Amino acid sequence: MSSDIVISGGTVIHATSTERADVLIRDGRVVDVGVDLDRPAGATIIDASECWVGPGFVDLHTHLREPGREEAETVESGARAAAMGGYSAVVAMPNTEPAIDNAMVAQYVLDRGREAVVDVAVAGAITVGRRGEHLAEIAEMAALGVRLFTDDGTGVQNPLVMRRALTYARPLGVRLAQHCEDEALAAGGVMNEGEVSSRLGLSGRPAIAEEVMVQRDIELVRLTGCPLHFLHLSTARSIAMVAAARAEGLPVTCEVAPHHLLLDDRACEEFDALFKVHPPLRTVGDVAAARAALRDGRIDAVATDHAPHAPELKEMSFDDAPAGMLGLEHAASITLDVLGDDPLRLFEVLSRGPSRVAQLRGSDERPRHSAHGGDVRAGEDANLVVFDPRTTYTVDREKLQSRAVNTPYDGRAFVGRTRALVVRGAVRVSEGSLL
Amino acid sequence: MDRNVGGEVIESIAGENLISLRDLSQRAIVEILDTAEAFVEVNTRAIKKVPTLKGRVVASLFFEESTRTRLSFETAAKRLSADVLSLAVASSSVKKGESLRDTIATIDALGIDAVVMRHSASGAPEQVSRFVPHVRVINAGDGQHQHPTQGLLDVFTIRQVLAERHGTTGRESGCELFSGLKVLIVGDLRHSRVARSDVMAYTTLGATVRVCAPGTLLPVDVSQWPVEVVYDFDESLAWADVVGVLRLQKERGTGSLVPSLGEFTRTHGLTWERAQRLSPSTLITHPGPMNRGVEIDSRVADLDVALMERQVANGVPIRMSVLYLSLAGRAPERSTDE
Repeated sequence: MSSDIVISGGTVIHATSTERADVLIRDGRVVDVGVDLDRPAGATIIDASECWVGPGFVDLHTHLREPGREEAETVESGARAAAMGGYSAVVAMPNTEPAIDNAMVAQYVLDRGREAVVDVAVAGAITVGRRGEHLAEIAEMAALGVRLFTDDGTGVQNPLVMRRALTYARPLGVRLAQHCEDEALAAGGVMNEGEVSSRLGLSGRPAIAEEVMVQRDIELVRLTGCPLHFLHLSTARSIAMVAAARAEGLPVTCEVAPHHLLLDDRACEEFDALFKVHPPLRTVGDVAAARAALRDGRIDAVATDHAPHAPELKEMSFDDAPAGMLGLEHAASITLDVLGDDPLRLFEVLSRGPSRVAQLRGSDERPRHSAHGGDVRAGEDANLVVFDPRTTYTVDREKLQSRAVNTPYDGRAFVGRTRALVVRGAVRVSEGSLL
Repeated sequence: MDRNVGGEVIESIAGENLISLRDLSQRAIVEILDTAEAFVEVNTRAIKKVPTLKGRVVASLFFEESTRTRLSFETAAKRLSADVLSLAVASSSVKKGESLRDTIATIDALGIDAVVMRHSASGAPEQVSRFVPHVRVINAGDGQHQHPTQGLLDVFTIRQVLAERHGTTGRESGCELFSGLKVLIVGDLRHSRVARSDVMAYTTLGATVRVCAPGTLLPVDVSQWPVEVVYDFDESLAWADVVGVLRLQKERGTGSLVPSLGEFTRTHGLTWERAQRLSPSTLITHPGPMNRGVEIDSRVADLDVALMERQVANGVPIRMSVLYLSLAGRAPERSTDE
């Protein structure tokens, strides 16, 4: 059959074991996993030798900018960047213009996602216009399959509003996600508050601005019992607080962003606004803490916070430029840099963990997407990545899939990249190139 | 605030940009001061002009208005016979959407050799220096980062006065008069680019620096600065050979960082009473413009040991020196008569 695909000669990464095996895909599903499978006549053969074969990556935190900022990114272009990064699914953040704070806008983005090369799930806003005042129509968005809600770009500042949101969301079976920064304490700062910011004369966003909101929300979860996901934790203390809350049995999860695993606040020393991001790049010690936590299991997901911005905006002064950087195409390389030769953990934090947080496993009674982050076995939806952990490459911002070019990694050499990607049974990336 | 973390120390600004005093070695600073001393003489002539930079074009690009600094730079450029393009682009009139790159590209297209730049955002001159690497960039004050020519004219003025007292010249004294000199910098250090430049200039030349401010007006990294931090202004009055009073930057939100201007004056203002307890030889500087009655008493500002007018006058030779070295790309001949 012409729709048959054989992923041949790779190492299949299961949740707790690895196996040298081929994978046969037919009609959008995995139909066989085994050694030296027969190749049906006319099958597409994907050479996975020297590669890891596992569930496609899932990005919990993608800014696709559509609707409203199509000059920086669209659902279509962002999905291509995701495919190059090895993602079979992304969760589109709601800080669009207008915000995804009602079922109509959510449906619009979901519809655009159906035409894209990877699956696009949507996160809805917690409050109307992400203004932190009135609850958005969470139940109506949940009825469309939206499972994650956040005002990301900013946190819900008012503790009463956050308490009500958690109380309202709990019976709906959805999860809220918080961008933790207390804006009063952040005081309009543009980089991490510390020795570097003071030397440069740039106003600081202190670690405490993040940490007080993390602690506040842990207490609100304790009170309400509603699951909460902590977005892009950036300080050693934040990570420790969430780990302690989880150890108590509270329903909290957390992610780190790839840039917080690689870059520290000294990257801002040349006033290049490419390195401006919220929460900001922190200290060397915070980077080390995030890397250690990713290895030892305290972090559920690496999530890109992929934030495209048009070039002219990043050529303004550090004070005036918007915050955010690209992430989709290189997050897996950075994760590999942290985890080294540990494919189980890599697929946990790039696929299985985020899929659980976003409820994309397919066990949901209202599956709006094919299942992601599951096992590689017969019967599962064929959302698979073939990741080559040995290849070295150099980032060239002119060759990125995103419309924007605000990568902080231009010219940097990385190890490990996507060799092939199958989404819903269709080959999207082959031989390291987008089809 | 270790010297120039991660960067190269510049031994001479000849042919270079001037972005931050953190980058400069003692030798580079002394070269600027000595060159300025030669230009002081030019400013006393009937014809206050030398042809040194004839045919060169200097753009003065002030995104943040500062009449004094702009006049000082433009006077300096004109006395060196440079052509001056004066572009007033106060932040309010620059459309928010225009990137720094577009603004500088437009001005560069007019054909310029140097840009003297003031901006409310820290780092803007350094960004511009990357956009137009063929143009020399002189930082005339950026955000809360650096104001290098102010730091230079402050140490130049102190060296000049101390040399006069010792019956010598600044050039002959080199930096020896700074050895053991006790400098107290007081006031709004948190927001002050002048303080960041002054501390580097004084300590690079060998002086000992104490800083004094209310807790909320200290920079968060002050423990990394090569200074001693004190909280009681009164206890350091008798210690100081120089008191550098900083302007209270009410426009940068200082108002919410201290309970009231009155309390600030009572705890950290150089009042008449405090001035009485200084040694009679102690020198007083202020970068201007002064908030008389806030950080400095009006009568104190008019004392002979208060050097504000000399600071302003010395701004011109210092800026001539910086423009000359940066643009001519070499140290001057012994004589500036050409």
